[in-house]
Amino acid sequence: MGFQSLKRYLVIIPPILWLGLFFLIPFFVVLQVSLSDPALTRPPFTSIFTWEGWWPSSFTGDLENYEFLLSDSLYVNSYLNSLKIAAIGSFVCLLIGYPIAYVIARADANLRNTLLLLVILPFWTSSLLRVYALIGMYSPNGFINSTLSWFGIIDTPLQLMQTDFAIYSGIVITYLPLMILPLYAALEKLDGDLVEAASDLGATPLATFWRVTLPLSISGIVAGYLLVFIPSVGEFVIPALLGGPDQLMIGKTLWTEFFNNRDWPVASSVAMVMLAFLVIPMMFLRNTQRAGSA
Amino acid sequence: MGKRHPLVLFMAGFGYAILYIPILIMIIYSFNSSKLVTVWAGWSTKWYGELLQNGQLVDAAWISLKVGFWSATIGIIFGTMIGYALARFRRFRGKLLLNGMATAPIVMPEVVTGLSLLLLFISLENLIGWPAGRGLTTIIIAHATFAMAFVAVVVQGRLSDFDVSIEEAAHDLGARQPYIFFAITLPVIMPAIIAGWLLAFTLSFDDLVIASFVSGPGSSTLPIVIFSKVRLGVTPEINALATIIVAVVAIGVIAANWLALKNENAQKQNNK
Repeated sequence: MGFQSLKRYLVIIPPILWLGLFFLIPFFVVLQVSLSDPALTRPPFTSIFTWEGWWPSSFTGDLENYEFLLSDSLYVNSYLNSLKIAAIGSFVCLLIGYPIAYVIARADANLRNTLLLLVILPFWTSSLLRVYALIGMYSPNGFINSTLSWFGIIDTPLQLMQTDFAIYSGIVITYLPLMILPLYAALEKLDGDLVEAASDLGATPLATFWRVTLPLSISGIVAGYLLVFIPSVGEFVIPALLGGPDQLMIGKTLWTEFFNNRDWPVASSVAMVMLAFLVIPMMFLRNTQRAGSA
Repeated sequence: MGKRHPLVLFMAGFGYAILYIPILIMIIYSFNSSKLVTVWAGWSTKWYGELLQNGQLVDAAWISLKVGFWSATIGIIFGTMIGYALARFRRFRGKLLLNGMATAPIVMPEVVTGLSLLLLFISLENLIGWPAGRGLTTIIIAHATFAMAFVAVVVQGRLSDFDVSIEEAAHDLGARQPYIFFAITLPVIMPAIIAGWLLAFTLSFDDLVIASFVSGPGSSTLPIVIFSKVRLGVTPEINALATIIVAVVAIGVIAANWLALKNENAQKQNNK
């Protein structure tokens, strides 16, 4: 058994070392920087430890940056607004995605394959370019405004960019496939006989949907909702390209703090708080996926 | 609801329209001869010609291709090891840790991943002098890290569908472990590894946020250059570039789907 387990460790140890070094340890570095103060050095933050050989002899970290996040409404509003936008955006994805998943699950085999392909195709193309394509639709001289004014429906261009509507459109065009796939998986497994039985027993189509189809697809709804919600909270590209100053989102705030203000300690504390916000939905997603695979 | 309720069909069609209309408009305008994006001045392919003259975009595309290739390749090696260990080794010290570290990069916000890796690279450079500055290497490391997480999920899924008794039979017949892996397991999970490579390459080729944190001067990837240009608005050159990328991806996905279908049908024929 000794030789056998040695061979096993040859498989296990390299990935553990890689992920430990490039995924786990970085969070401790972020934590450490979030407790430090900004400085006019390179890198632009103070060290929170004084080293004596290999041992830290004193610790000067404090929670000043976290207190600053609480005291400045910019950060509080960014967090709350990100959660709100992600919650509503995921719900919009659910409303748009459910009929698609339903139609795919009910289509016959050949058509089903084509319809699924049409959902997966945008997912493989760059999300940056899909968000960019929306600028061409929504900008003051974009497709929608120029078409409407060509028909004489409007005189002055509609304000479509830099609105909440633009942000929600961005979330839909970026994450809709992530909503549809788990919904489809749940609806495909659904036993058609149950739906038939309900209607044979006199249930209206709407009642059948509310009382049979919807409850039986709840696992897909939860998985799809979380798969859209989690990345939406930290989204940067969508608010940067489609939003304006009123569409505060925490991913963009962190970016500005880091690249424009060059305040690395505050950016690090923003990141730590964002993680704290997302831990619960992440654990929840893990559990639904485990339940789904079991 | 009935099998094909018209309202449901309409709503599904609406959803597809939302996904596709912006991309189709962008493709059409990439053939517009006017520099003004609003004015249609007739069909032209001149923006495609100008694209090839744009050294900055061509260089960035080349960097992105290199980063995508290497990060996806490292990703499938480590990702396959992780997926295999999680699916086939019953219990080992660190299994929970490996499982957690292998799934978390998938759901981590990109700004957090990017920031944390940059801070790590800077700390490492101060401590041991490596990596010296940021560039191709640091982007590849960053992308390989999330690539192996995606590959591990795909490979693990494929392995749990695949009957372990075939590997056990080979073992009982006297085959030894590396041989069993390369002769039986690897061919079975090959489609998953290829799919994982393509997924990792695509995600790397698409990534703006993480690359922005860990890239250095002279190592701007294609999304970084695209982003700096589109911040100022729509340009016909980027429309043309986007059209090329969309066309390549569409051909690739449709071809892969067609091959998979053909394979499936052939297997059905064999089973008859």
